[in-house]
Amino acid sequence: MSILVDTNTRLIVQGLGEAGAFHTDKSIAYGTNVVGAVRPGKGGQSVRFEGETDRSGVPGRPDRYQVDVPSFDTVREAVEATGANATVIFVPPPFAADAIMEAAEAGIPLIVTITEGIPIQDMVKVKRYLEGKPVRLVGPNCPGVITPHQCKIGIMPGYIHQAGRIGVVSRSGTLTYEAVKQLTDNGLGQTAAVGIGGDPVNGTSFIDVLKLYNDDPATEGVIMIGEIGGTAEEEAAAWIAENMTKPVAAFIAGTTAPPGKRMGHAGAIISGGMGTAADKIAALQAAGVVVADTPSDMGSAMLEAMKRAGKA
Amino acid sequence: MKIHEYQAKELMKQHGIAVPIGRVATTVEEAVAAVRPIVEASGNAVVVVKSQIHAGGRGKGRFVEHPDVPGVNVVTDGLKGGVEATERRVRELAEKMLGSTLVTVQTGPEGKQVNRLYVEQGIDIERELYLSVVLDRATGRNVVMASTEGGMEIEEVAAETPEKILRETIDPAVGLLDFQVRRLAFGLGLAGAAHKNGARFVKALAGLAVGLDTDMVEINPLVVTKSGDVMALDGKMSFDGNALFRHGDVTGMRDLSEEDAAEVEASEYGLSFIKLDGSIGCLVNGAGLAMATMDTIKQVGGEPANFLDVGGGATTENVTAAFKIITRDPNVKGIFINIFGGIMKCDTIANGVVAAVQQVGLEVPLVVRLEGTNVELGRKIIDESGLNVVSATDMKDGARKIVELTGGVQ
Repeated sequence: MSILVDTNTRLIVQGLGEAGAFHTDKSIAYGTNVVGAVRPGKGGQSVRFEGETDRSGVPGRPDRYQVDVPSFDTVREAVEATGANATVIFVPPPFAADAIMEAAEAGIPLIVTITEGIPIQDMVKVKRYLEGKPVRLVGPNCPGVITPHQCKIGIMPGYIHQAGRIGVVSRSGTLTYEAVKQLTDNGLGQTAAVGIGGDPVNGTSFIDVLKLYNDDPATEGVIMIGEIGGTAEEEAAAWIAENMTKPVAAFIAGTTAPPGKRMGHAGAIISGGMGTAADKIAALQAAGVVVADTPSDMGSAMLEAMKRAGKA
Repeated sequence: MKIHEYQAKELMKQHGIAVPIGRVATTVEEAVAAVRPIVEASGNAVVVVKSQIHAGGRGKGRFVEHPDVPGVNVVTDGLKGGVEATERRVRELAEKMLGSTLVTVQTGPEGKQVNRLYVEQGIDIERELYLSVVLDRATGRNVVMASTEGGMEIEEVAAETPEKILRETIDPAVGLLDFQVRRLAFGLGLAGAAHKNGARFVKALAGLAVGLDTDMVEINPLVVTKSGDVMALDGKMSFDGNALFRHGDVTGMRDLSEEDAAEVEASEYGLSFIKLDGSIGCLVNGAGLAMATMDTIKQVGGEPANFLDVGGGATTENVTAAFKIITRDPNVKGIFINIFGGIMKCDTIANGVVAAVQQVGLEVPLVVRLEGTNVELGRKIIDESGLNVVSATDMKDGARKIVELTGGVQ
């Protein structure tokens, strides 16, 4: 079992620039089924990806891969021709909102947006446009989604992942990698890892992913990684207290962040006394979540949460 | 990106929003010269001289060099002495204010130098209100907030009398609707001409906020005059940095002298840098990891000197620049480099650090923790460089080592 992506995922890529091409290649090496690319004006061409297979990815493949990815002018054409059920967006910030809405209009059920720096007002419009449509946006400004040894969409290093028992959900890219590696090292492994992104307006929330993990039979516990800014962690804590049937561990970054300063991520800011790490940690602890003191303790916090639940 | 009050008022005026008549001055002579046209145009002998800095609390703020002078001064000399008296008083004030250091609750004790004054017409205030447009992150929509408690901090109102804050959410599909505007105007107790003027003000401000991609627009106070006009007596605006590419006129309003020089320099190299007060410099990839590195240093008894995210696409040159910015801070007694390579490759970081040390030298202890993409290659580059570097196995280990090397727990 898995959430969001697996070996049946058929991925298209929007934005095959330098970064898009680099990470598309890594995804194909991992074993992700990339079926097309949207490159307005270059429909009918194809782009070849070839190299050495990533052995940490989908098992049972030859040592080398060679894939010719067909290009399409529009998302709708790409979907009709390939039966794509997921897209990953690397389109530059000024045009990314349009790319997301084009994917939504074409009915792609999973839209993973990696792009960092999309204007907030663009995302306000995007969020409104997505209302009522049967699509899920992950991101923007996120590392993507991975189900170990099945499908990797995004920019995370594949080799640190190991199929296992824990669902990972995070607002931060590099902290996701920290958590994933520790879960690989301590043997718990991951059912999936989802980056929801560091922007103030995003698609999928902590609660959305917690629900998916709660309903996924393979996921036995969840680790969530939050940071200062907004109240998404507090809302997640309230949902966990009411609904979560599985042990949860967490880490919140930014206990030392000064108020009023944006800490790298557009959404990571304490304003008007709201969004402090202390408030988030208190809310999560009150909901029975084991909160790690430092990011180096995320794996052991998860283990502790599993032990308390009699699962380790 | 923040702008000055006078710039915010200029933008409001362009959007048909009522603001008092005013002129900006960077010299004493300009300030004096502003008086006559303002008095003549407004028909009011009273003017106000306001310090222009990117920080609030100016009215209650005081100058380091002239503790008797507040950051904002109402000049009433003209009521008896005519416009010449006003000019004399404005000259006295401008001489003291320009170039002096204003300390307010928001500037910190070091204060900020005042390089610009805004001379503005006096207003016969009947009521002071509050109005702002901000993003509500919980819904992903913009919200207009209004309150009858003008002049008070909105956080204070929210804490003490939350029922006095009116909110209308803007649906991005249709914008702020007329009935919402009416609801706000009635809620603020505006009647007659003031109702009409207030409604027009609210609608125009909401349009400005969305159209110019503001992070925040705050009018505090929004004043109702004795004649029923509704005007922005103050105006605070900041903009979404990611949207500046489509607002060249706003970008031109950036005042680099109001920003931290090191932060500006860092941003030119694509680095996200924030200076802090501690002694341990940090160089990290990823915003979350950079914050968490600061937290971990604090957790083991140290104090971080900065937040620094080199980003995912950093080159050797960017890393070198980052290293130089960190080592330039005289408070830095040691450096902790913490990398989990994803997009960022460990060998790129290693090359950048080696290049920087060769250029600027290394006089403080350096602890390096590398993990992720090309980690073996990165470690090899550091080992073979002959640099005096302490390796760490994980983030906590690295934080402990740098704290020990810089004199232990503080």
